[in-house]
Amino acid sequence: MEKTRFLSNRQLLSLSILRILVGWHLLYEGVTKFLTPGWSAYGYLMSAEGFLSGFFQSMASDATILEIVNLLNKWGLLLIGLGLFIGLLTRLSIYSGALLLLFYYLAHPPFIGIEYGFLTEGNYLLVDKNLIEMAVLLALSFFPTGQYIGLDRIIFKNQVN
Amino acid sequence: MKINRRDLLKSLAPLPLLGVFGFATNWDYRINKKEKIKKNSFINDLNIHPQIPPPPPPIKGKPVKLGVIGTGIRGEQLMWGLGFVHPDAMAYWKKNLPEKLESFRQQEKLNIKITAICDLFDFRANQAMETLGNGGEEPVRYKTYEELLHKADVEAVIIATSDLWHAPIATAAAKAGKHVYVEKPLSHKVNELYQLKKTVEQSGITFQLGHQQRQHQSNYTAREILNKNIAGHINLIQASTNRNSDNGAWQYYTYPEHPESSIDWRNYIKGYYDLPFSREHFFRWRKYWKFGSGLTGDLLTHDYDRMNLITGMGIPRYVTASGGIYTHRDGRNVPDVMQVGMEFPEYFKGSSQKSGKEKGMSFLYSATLGNRFSRETLLMGHDATLELKNDLLLWIDKNSTRYQEVLNQGLVDVNEPIRGFTAENDVDAITSATAQYFANKGLLYDYRDEKLVDITHLHLKEWLSCIRSGNKPSCSINDGFEEAITSLMATLAYKTNQRVEWDRQQQIIQVPGVPNNKLDDLLIKT
Repeated sequence: MEKTRFLSNRQLLSLSILRILVGWHLLYEGVTKFLTPGWSAYGYLMSAEGFLSGFFQSMASDATILEIVNLLNKWGLLLIGLGLFIGLLTRLSIYSGALLLLFYYLAHPPFIGIEYGFLTEGNYLLVDKNLIEMAVLLALSFFPTGQYIGLDRIIFKNQVN
Repeated sequence: MKINRRDLLKSLAPLPLLGVFGFATNWDYRINKKEKIKKNSFINDLNIHPQIPPPPPPIKGKPVKLGVIGTGIRGEQLMWGLGFVHPDAMAYWKKNLPEKLESFRQQEKLNIKITAICDLFDFRANQAMETLGNGGEEPVRYKTYEELLHKADVEAVIIATSDLWHAPIATAAAKAGKHVYVEKPLSHKVNELYQLKKTVEQSGITFQLGHQQRQHQSNYTAREILNKNIAGHINLIQASTNRNSDNGAWQYYTYPEHPESSIDWRNYIKGYYDLPFSREHFFRWRKYWKFGSGLTGDLLTHDYDRMNLITGMGIPRYVTASGGIYTHRDGRNVPDVMQVGMEFPEYFKGSSQKSGKEKGMSFLYSATLGNRFSRETLLMGHDATLELKNDLLLWIDKNSTRYQEVLNQGLVDVNEPIRGFTAENDVDAITSATAQYFANKGLLYDYRDEKLVDITHLHLKEWLSCIRSGNKPSCSINDGFEEAITSLMATLAYKTNQRVEWDRQQQIIQVPGVPNNKLDDLLIKT
């Protein structure tokens, strides 16, 4: 396996650290949602802006759909974060994470002419942290770091060989 | 497949970091939880609960037979509260205010029958007839209130005329044994006020003054907060009117397309004045002392009554006032910018400091009809400030005596109000921009069982229920007396530029240099 490697140790290590940092962030976002009693995506969805605001708000207005969205968010963030962190099912985690971040980006897009008042920290023009984190994940998808530093190394060992 | 030691180490390399993550998360969680428990326990210790006025018993028996005297702007709104809307208004709501329509549709149907109406303007009277006829039987329109009051099929009357007529009609109604719901201010004059109070007390009728905010839970919750001495000694109340539109400054439409003959001018001035016909005086009566009461009777009364409910402060001992006509120099003679200072040197409900240190309170009312920047409505105590909006906020004071310990422990943030004592109100969707002023004063809507309810409806319902049950409505003749005396004192202070005193012993208003029997002349003088 090491023979087929095309990355230097430093490159591999820094990409893995990048993956673990994103994992840490998403995992913690998930964990806090479990630790906050009565947490709900309601406010986040209702304050949605941009061309998909109606779609996000309609999610919040239906109790059943909202409940599903809440569950997907909590478990999604938790499992994706964990996957990235420990390099477990890394590719799946990367793609799911990128998709989730795309939703966050579109729910509150930093488009020209949209004001968020107190909701944002910092200043963004078209590009925000969600978009950057998504791009990081997409970039990482081209480097299977989990198969070097992470549990995928054991799981996919025979496949690589 | 063979897993060597190297594979194992590399595959498990992130795990120690995961351990760090778990440790940090746990630590963070424990600290937050501890803080939260402490903060929550502080808020729980305050033991503040929303005080929702209990629903009155249903209006039992036969429908209450009602007469409506005055079917103008306010009369129309009162009929909404009773469950009747003109088809044109309904169409307008449907198009522009769907939430308002929805709230109206969900409004409880009251056990009433409007049998009579009276208005001096044909167009408004006809509109009321159309409104009521729309729901079934048409009432009878009477040309004068006297005729209406003598009808046996009228048990109770709603009075929504110009200020001039509130007290005389209410007095006549009480004398005729009719139950009375009258709009504020209770009286345009001093002598008529005494007469009305006496008549109502002797008649035994069910009386309600139209301060509908007596149905708003935030006022009762605020009262509870003061009763529990949570804010310390209240030493200053601040309330204000901030409007910036012609409509808000009473520059109403004068219906030039309707001929003079459709307005009963003679009955409008009967027994009071000998004046030529004037659309200004008829439709824009709020702008003139002869018919209206300006900022004091019109808007100060809302804030006064609300504060009187919360604090039980009663009539101020002294009142001073100043102001002028600065924003609408259109020929009106009531001021459009005004300050009223009301002094309550005896006011004391409780304190956190040593006995005798604190006593007395000022109430500053400040109004402008030329700017709509929303100034806060505040009750300011040594330990905390209550901010009254549609919601109720409690701001702990940094130098409070009572909360010094929790402040030192960092359990309370003086820059963040404690909130959540009342249902969160979202009235933006339901009201027009001009109505927002009233909404923020808690004059339009409140929540009952998670439903948005027109509080005018609740106020009317309470009165109607009391007619049948014999209970007392929440805005009594005594509350009305205190409201009217205060507003009249403010007008007199403004007009004489003097400090006006309430003589509690003799129950009279004292204006330096003005004999008591001349006060009424002064009140209507331009």
